[in-house]
Amino acid sequence: MRLLINKIILALSTLSALIGLGFLGWILITLFIKGLGSFHFSLFLNDLIDGGLRNLIIGQFIMAGIAGLVGIPLGMVAGIYLREYGRGRYANTIRNLSDIMMSAPSIVIGAFVYAIIVIPTGGTSGFAGAVSLAIMMLPIVINTTDNMLSLVPKELREAGIALGASKYKVIIDIVIRAAKVGIMTGILLAFARIIGETAPLLFTSETSNYFTMDLTQSFPSLTVSIYDLANEPEESSRDLAWAASFILTVLVLCINLTGRFITRNKNK
Amino acid sequence: MEKIFQKISLSSASLVFVILIGIFITLFNASKPAIDEFGFNFITDARWNEEVPLDDAKKAPASVEINLDDMDFASNDEILLDDDMLLDESGDDDILFDEEDSQTKTVYGGLIPIVGTLLTTAIALAFALPIAMGIAVFLAEIAPKNISHPVGIAIELLAAIPSIIFGMWGLYYFAPIVADLVGGYQVSLLTAGLVLGIMILPFMAAITRDSMNTTPDVLKESAYAMGATKFEVIKDIIFPYSKVGIIGSIILALGRALGETMAVAFLIGSIFSLPQAINDPTISIPVAMANNFGEASGLGESSLFYLALILFVISFGVISFAKLYFLKGAK
Amino acid sequence: MVMSIEKFSFTYAGASAPSLKNINMEIAKNKITSLIGPSGCGKSTLLRSMNRIHDLYPGNKYDGKIKLLNEDSGKMENILDIKKENDFINLRQKVGMIFQKPTPFPMSIFDNIAYGLKIAGIKNKTEIADRVEQALKDGALYKEVHDRLNKSAMGLSGGQQQRLCIARAVAVKPEILLFDEPTSALDPISTAAIEELIVELKKDVSIAIVTHNMQQASRISVYTAFMYLGDLVEFDKTENIFLNPKEKQTEDYITGRFG
Repeated sequence: MRLLINKIILALSTLSALIGLGFLGWILITLFIKGLGSFHFSLFLNDLIDGGLRNLIIGQFIMAGIAGLVGIPLGMVAGIYLREYGRGRYANTIRNLSDIMMSAPSIVIGAFVYAIIVIPTGGTSGFAGAVSLAIMMLPIVINTTDNMLSLVPKELREAGIALGASKYKVIIDIVIRAAKVGIMTGILLAFARIIGETAPLLFTSETSNYFTMDLTQSFPSLTVSIYDLANEPEESSRDLAWAASFILTVLVLCINLTGRFITRNKNK
Repeated sequence: MEKIFQKISLSSASLVFVILIGIFITLFNASKPAIDEFGFNFITDARWNEEVPLDDAKKAPASVEINLDDMDFASNDEILLDDDMLLDESGDDDILFDEEDSQTKTVYGGLIPIVGTLLTTAIALAFALPIAMGIAVFLAEIAPKNISHPVGIAIELLAAIPSIIFGMWGLYYFAPIVADLVGGYQVSLLTAGLVLGIMILPFMAAITRDSMNTTPDVLKESAYAMGATKFEVIKDIIFPYSKVGIIGSIILALGRALGETMAVAFLIGSIFSLPQAINDPTISIPVAMANNFGEASGLGESSLFYLALILFVISFGVISFAKLYFLKGAK
Repeated sequence: MVMSIEKFSFTYAGASAPSLKNINMEIAKNKITSLIGPSGCGKSTLLRSMNRIHDLYPGNKYDGKIKLLNEDSGKMENILDIKKENDFINLRQKVGMIFQKPTPFPMSIFDNIAYGLKIAGIKNKTEIADRVEQALKDGALYKEVHDRLNKSAMGLSGGQQQRLCIARAVAVKPEILLFDEPTSALDPISTAAIEELIVELKKDVSIAIVTHNMQQASRISVYTAFMYLGDLVEFDKTENIFLNPKEKQTEDYITGRFG
């Protein structure tokens, strides 16, 4: 009897794993077939106005890149504070708030940036989009840095201090170096996450059909354009959306895998 | 130098605090006109962007009937919640007015997106929870290492796929099948909830598995050493041991589902109408914002900010509850 | 004799060389047998073979025979032939195990002990209560915890937790109990209490204990096996091993020249 129950439960759990994997496989296969079917190399050469994706991909990268330039150093330094300097309740509160912020609805962050940037400046802009993404990225980088620094053994810090180095020197030269690989992985994963974000860009950067480098205007965004294209009635727009989704997913997964690969090599 | 560095790091960390407070204050300020106008009745008012005579605007809103029997997938709590709301709305719905000689004004109420958000999340959770637990048990305890490792990585990678992809796949491939099976519209509460469930599935499975893996091997061994079966070890040792972490993961997944925009936006139908049945289209808070922010102005925009504030407060509450009560020792 | 190990070899999954080579020894009935040797000599590996707890992890390879006395038929049966889950469960109910670190389950003190009984199929509430009480007495824990049986077992001290684990194992009335360095994580006073308990238990069960503490082995055991690098160097009465070892390696280890 016990053995029968055991068998049944184990079979059910294996079955549910298969169902779950089935769904996820279905999504990937769909994406692959539809995406590859509409994929053409010229998508990288033309802008959206000419039926290509070049401006969108570049625009998405520029916004995510600026977000990274702002979010990564701020997040790392904040993470250093939490692990190396922060004591007691204040640091703990910040740590908790940062964790909560990590799961905050991204559309709310979009609304926040809309209120503080888009309304005062009179319109959507690449700058506003980048700020939204930076706000999304900040807590992820803080969390990663904090966690990775906690893995560095105390003795390493003490050894540095014992040599007569000042605390910040020890942190920058020794501790950060020891945690470098883990932090880099975390940053790559954070980047992979924000580059696929749509909701915080919808009404901050919007999107644009044209190539632009002007961050004060509506800025081309791959994800926002996928949303627009996918909802258009014409088949050709939807095919373009599938191709764009395919490219986006491949990008996200590549960045993600690179991060994992770095960690794995380190561990060997 | 030491001092300067310390100051810089302290201020960067405080930035988190500033941003969160900033979000709250900004949303509150931006929704101030709507809060002044509608107060807390906003939460129970099902009218969105409706013209009503001026003298009626402050009165209780028209009563709304939900056919409870049709909502068979929703949890009882959810229905009770709706019921309570309905009780407050004793209706004087004899709104008779003559358009020519009474002034009208526009009324905004948040009931429909709030209900839509809660119901899609409930459906998603009801659908994802058993499957995610099954996957976690499979990965942590059943599958041999050479299967559980690659499958585990695959699940984690799937958690990284942008939500917009789930939405698009759901609309064009999943919803037609569901609509064929269940009937009703392709865009509906049901399909939105199911796709949302599929989306949170990998996230939930991955963190549940991580929680389960914190059970020390030696504890499992000592249960096996007493002759326990695998299921008994899972039920009596692993689940109790990692219970706190697992519940925390579920609530965290719930917090994510509440605020998810894109996967739902494709599928929920984006109409301001209370669903009469589980396969009716409706709208959720994030989707209301996504689709209406660009065009809204004045009181409409302010009402959208009010919705954003409500969503922010709910998800902040849910996530901090999960973090503080369940995941405290998880790091 | 309740267990006899014959020409036994063991290879971990993925390892090229066996970790145990051609082991021959036996566990005497109602006696204590110690396994000693330097770290990595394979003593724990051997102990963990005796109830096949290794089988939780796939790919390990056994050779030779480990025979367990079937008390009903009086025959010796090879436990390495076991393949069905049901038989594994029976084996583990007959051959219990105590680990290096205490392993209280995440439940109350009472439920910890009742757990094994419930698994063994006992449903009668009064019988369970009686046997829990008896097991706690056997585990020399009853006096300390009788007024808080429904409290979580996590609140006990390390020594109490270990005695709880012993009581839990005793409750299902095993034929053999395997102890894997049961006192290495404990303070001297708790260690003394556990040692006393183990000696007390041998009237009901046969005991095999892995220890890195030679004094412990000489204090409590009747037979001692000295192992080194996966070989069983010498197996004899404890006094012979300690006072009159036949092998040079044994003598070197006993006198502290290596290890």
